[in-house]
Amino acid sequence: MSTVFIAFQTNEETRPIIESILEDNPHAVLDEQPAMVKINAEGSLVIRRASIEERIGRDFDLQELQVNLITLSGNLDEDDDQLTLAWKN
Amino acid sequence: MDMKANKKKLGLKEKYAHMTRGLGWETTYQPMDKVFPQATFEGIKIHDWEKWEDPFRLTMDAYWKYQAEKERKLYAVLDAFAQNNGHLGITDARYLNAVKLFLTGISPLEYVAHRGFAAAGRNFPGVGPRVACLMQSIDEIRHAQTQIHALSNYNKFYEGFHAGATHQIERVWYLSVPKSFFDDAFSAGPFEWMIAIGFSFEYVLTNLLFVPFMSGAAYNGDMATVTFGFSAQSDEARHMTLGLECIKFMLEQDPDNLPIVQKWIDKWAWRGIRVLTLVGMMMDYMLPKRVMSWKEAWEIYFEQNGGALFNDLAKYGIKVPECITQCTVDKEHISHQAWATFYQYAHASAFHTWLPNDEEMDWLSAKYPNTFDKYYRPRFTQWREMADRGERFYNNTLPMLCQVCQIPMVFTEPDDPTKICYRESEYQGEKYHTCSDGCQRIFDDEPEKYIQAWLPVHQIFQGNCWPEGTDPTVEGFDPLLKVLEWYHLENGKDNMDYEGSGDQANFAAWRGMATQNT
Repeated sequence: MSTVFIAFQTNEETRPIIESILEDNPHAVLDEQPAMVKINAEGSLVIRRASIEERIGRDFDLQELQVNLITLSGNLDEDDDQLTLAWKN
Repeated sequence: MDMKANKKKLGLKEKYAHMTRGLGWETTYQPMDKVFPQATFEGIKIHDWEKWEDPFRLTMDAYWKYQAEKERKLYAVLDAFAQNNGHLGITDARYLNAVKLFLTGISPLEYVAHRGFAAAGRNFPGVGPRVACLMQSIDEIRHAQTQIHALSNYNKFYEGFHAGATHQIERVWYLSVPKSFFDDAFSAGPFEWMIAIGFSFEYVLTNLLFVPFMSGAAYNGDMATVTFGFSAQSDEARHMTLGLECIKFMLEQDPDNLPIVQKWIDKWAWRGIRVLTLVGMMMDYMLPKRVMSWKEAWEIYFEQNGGALFNDLAKYGIKVPECITQCTVDKEHISHQAWATFYQYAHASAFHTWLPNDEEMDWLSAKYPNTFDKYYRPRFTQWREMADRGERFYNNTLPMLCQVCQIPMVFTEPDDPTKICYRESEYQGEKYHTCSDGCQRIFDDEPEKYIQAWLPVHQIFQGNCWPEGTDPTVEGFDPLLKVLEWYHLENGKDNMDYEGSGDQANFAAWRGMATQNT
């Protein structure tokens, strides 16, 4: 199985996003580095709009992730409700 | 009468479809193959451009919105950095030499990438990749500009920033390495460009450049660099996705594309890895506070992540690049060999060098248990003893350069780290030298391209690297000093050792002033 990952800048905007990702993906592992957080997960990782909205108390457009995104790995698929990263092997 | 606007807003997928596919058309005044003359000569066969998908489904309106937000955040930090004397918060002014190398060697590439993606966008008949290339082209010029802008703050205080991102890239010997890499890609066709830059560089290698290096900048207190680095990197995630989509698209369109794509992957993985030697050196030697070693970064971002990627591409018949065996050996050597080279040529470099201190050598031993103490510590120790005796070692001969990657012949044989590696090819009765099997294969495949290389050492010997009007026959003529003048490199200020430099003295004095009133 291959690992996918996504990394964000460490800041106030990304804190609830990271919390949501970790809750929605129990198999994900958090790797904190200077000024950035990297989330590694075996096989696949999903980011759900609803989970983020629940934490921040407002509407959230998943494309807002672009602002604080650093890097990612895996095949990506994004629609209005979720962003998925996966290796299909 | 009021317009009724009760219709539900378009979803992401519909909006993307309207704003990309809906904007393309078949030309009628001229046939499509005349409008897109570069689309076929490389041999890549595309049957249906509609199959191209941008997984982010980013449209121009959303693009401008988020890019504007990134810029606002970036400039807020840059202002705060300048207003609060942020330059005095860095760990040690030695660190700035990594930034000088970045400004002179990497920022100009962002500009070439801007031009290259604009050209690729122009040359692809498909609407999806055209829009994605357009966005990437705008991203890249933003990167060049924000990097130059952010680092201009250092130019107020420190040596070596004055030539910026434009003058030296076309002249200085080691900068021909990154320059020729991008020139090679830009002078290829649009599909090879996408594999070279979009896939190999952005997807496979860019993490090695930006992530550990920017995290290192944060660790060393350089808020300005971290911020532009991460701001640029937020675009990279999109670029990487474009690179991966592009390769999958080419492979799915026609089975005949596989051998062409595989050849490009082999070529550009090796070309990129050679260029990244400079980054390895920055991570292992130039950051006063280190985040991880080059070898560790290589293992995470190339071996693990690249491994996952190539497993995924295996279903198309793609194999791991053939250079991987040599890279596994090289990861324990190249950063040391590169830094040793710059130490020897510190008089001809536009930044300062130094020998690692005892604590740093212990760190290197721990990170490189198989190689550092055996091959490199003795060399650095010897040079330190020579410097202590007042015989600081400078290498005054000009090295042979690799005809392909343009790096001096400083790398060693994969099976013998005490023996310089070089290969020889013949073309039209002339001999050409390359640094490795990888570069030799690239040369032999397209010798007519690489014999045109502008090799700095050859050019110096031919007398092409002096200011206009130089007369080399005058008494006491010093060719090196004239070359430095042509580089816009001020001898004794911008080059040589960090120890005793103006940067070192000024940083100590200003830091003192920041905490005292006298």
